Amino acid sequence: MVFAARTSVLRAARAQFTPSRAAFAFNQSALARLLSTLAVLEQRDGKLQSSSVSAISAALKLGGPVTAFVAGAGVKGTSAAEAAKYKGVENVVAVENEAYEKGLPENYAPLLVENIKKGEYTHIIAGHSAFGKSLLPRVAALLDVQQVSDITAIESEDTFVRPIYAGNAILTVQSTDPIKVITVRGTAFQDADATGGSASITDGADPNAPAQTEWVSEELSKSERPDLATASRVVSGGRGLKSKEEFDRLMIPLADSLGAAIGASRAAVDSGFADNSLQVGQTGKNVAPQLYLSVGISGAIQHLAGMKDSKVIAAINKDGDAPIFQVADVGLVGDLFEKVPELTEKVKSA
Amino acid sequence: MASGLRILVPVKRVIDYAIKPRINKTQTGVETAGVKHSLNPFDELSVEEAVRLRERKGPLKVENILALSAGGPKCADTLRTAMAMGADRAFHIDVPDSNDGGLEPLTVAKTLRAVVEKENINLVLLGKQAIDGDQGQTGQMLAGLLGWPQATQASKVEIKDEAGTVEVTHEVDGGVETLKAKLPMIITTDLRLNEPRYASLPNIMKAKKKPLEKKTLADLGVEDKRRLKTLKVTEPPARQGGGKVEDVDGLISKLKELGAL
Repeated sequence: MVFAARTSVLRAARAQFTPSRAAFAFNQSALARLLSTLAVLEQRDGKLQSSSVSAISAALKLGGPVTAFVAGAGVKGTSAAEAAKYKGVENVVAVENEAYEKGLPENYAPLLVENIKKGEYTHIIAGHSAFGKSLLPRVAALLDVQQVSDITAIESEDTFVRPIYAGNAILTVQSTDPIKVITVRGTAFQDADATGGSASITDGADPNAPAQTEWVSEELSKSERPDLATASRVVSGGRGLKSKEEFDRLMIPLADSLGAAIGASRAAVDSGFADNSLQVGQTGKNVAPQLYLSVGISGAIQHLAGMKDSKVIAAINKDGDAPIFQVADVGLVGDLFEKVPELTEKVKSA
Repeated sequence: MASGLRILVPVKRVIDYAIKPRINKTQTGVETAGVKHSLNPFDELSVEEAVRLRERKGPLKVENILALSAGGPKCADTLRTAMAMGADRAFHIDVPDSNDGGLEPLTVAKTLRAVVEKENINLVLLGKQAIDGDQGQTGQMLAGLLGWPQATQASKVEIKDEAGTVEVTHEVDGGVETLKAKLPMIITTDLRLNEPRYASLPNIMKAKKKPLEKKTLADLGVEDKRRLKTLKVTEPPARQGGGKVEDVDGLISKLKELGAL
């Protein structure tokens, strides 16, 4: 209720001050004073995760003052300090409490709601990572607002662009809610500058909501390779690789020669060639690297949804009619068991 | 405490996953007339998991499985499918067909909350996202509204004891995480959870006799309030295939030309 009243007053004020002449410029400066954004950062063991960069980047694009939010064990000296260095971030609200370390939505959502109410933010933004995806809808429901998920562009303070139907359609949507709760696609917002900022770090409110879930364990695939979601090069293998042994034998050297992350199609994951976390597509990860090299992938729409924003797409497939060739900038029709080792050798010696 | 499992499985009728959607002429949505629809793939997984919980005969017996769908008259087909897979009964929340994706997740979550309370549900299994709107919100919103624990993107669900302890392994960035919580609980399903069964012909026939109750939002005290306004729906920028090369050397030189190597 409080929020609703506040926004409608602001709306009325803004309408009064918006003469048709030079309306845009005025609106922009009015906006800058009125909206205020909370970027919810994801941290793990004191380090900010890549989804945090997208939250900050998108928050800065909105134009109003940006506050970053981070919670976990002893975060002030670590991830909060890291967040304070981002250029454009005015303030970092930190809540130091071991209870939030794993980002469990049951206690993290009430924590956020408490801090959102305290700070009277108009926009709440997080990355569309596993953390943001599980947390923000819960927050939105507690605030009684309809979230806007996985946006790829910001048109104005209330208008956002997001892909629907596995990226086969692009929706421009206007939110009429007093508070905009938004998750952003990581590959679309990555340009925040992590240096030169000097935000203050303040203590946030801690409602100490009880944790209803208990974190038991985790199993993360350890990898020296660049992170799939943010890598500048990705090589991705599909069913054409035939087995896990062949997948590893061909894809790992290829990835190493290019300094690329390894991805996989759903078919490859379902057949056990590669780990789930490597899946690219509507139900897996979205990537938009400089180079996406697909090997033995036919190019089903669900897969294309996850990679068609890549700068350059290259494909090796023995079927010249595979749909992947319709989107590939460069395609090579041939047996991947010959072509991939040859490519690996030639890239290495180049 | 929890004497048995009373499971709610919300399902959505969506354009079939294998079909490439077309934008309508007025750019207000996607063409749905005459297009093949089916059960949202993630919801198939949640129906399957509910049925498997019954078949597994864990420490808690499944008392009943209620399927629910909100939408136009054709949702009844979707619900029959769910019952042919093993759901015991179904609620069809009658909402006029529209091409803007139907009810918003928050409204669906409020509808589900009302059903959970009326039907004394203690486990809700939802798909992690519907493949039309790709929003991935409803389960988490429902958990928030009810104040229940949630596990999203589950790849393994295990009922540990009679007290209703549930252990869920779920997918996170870079791997999996295991959580433990007490019923009542909300779980959303990920692709790895199971492989949904096909409904057999006898089961399809049996499903026709299972109870399907029609309800309205008003019955449940929920208002269809839209907070998001569709301004336009457009085609994504088309990618132009760049043609093919003869050999690996051609591939490398083309990639260099494009600045990718």
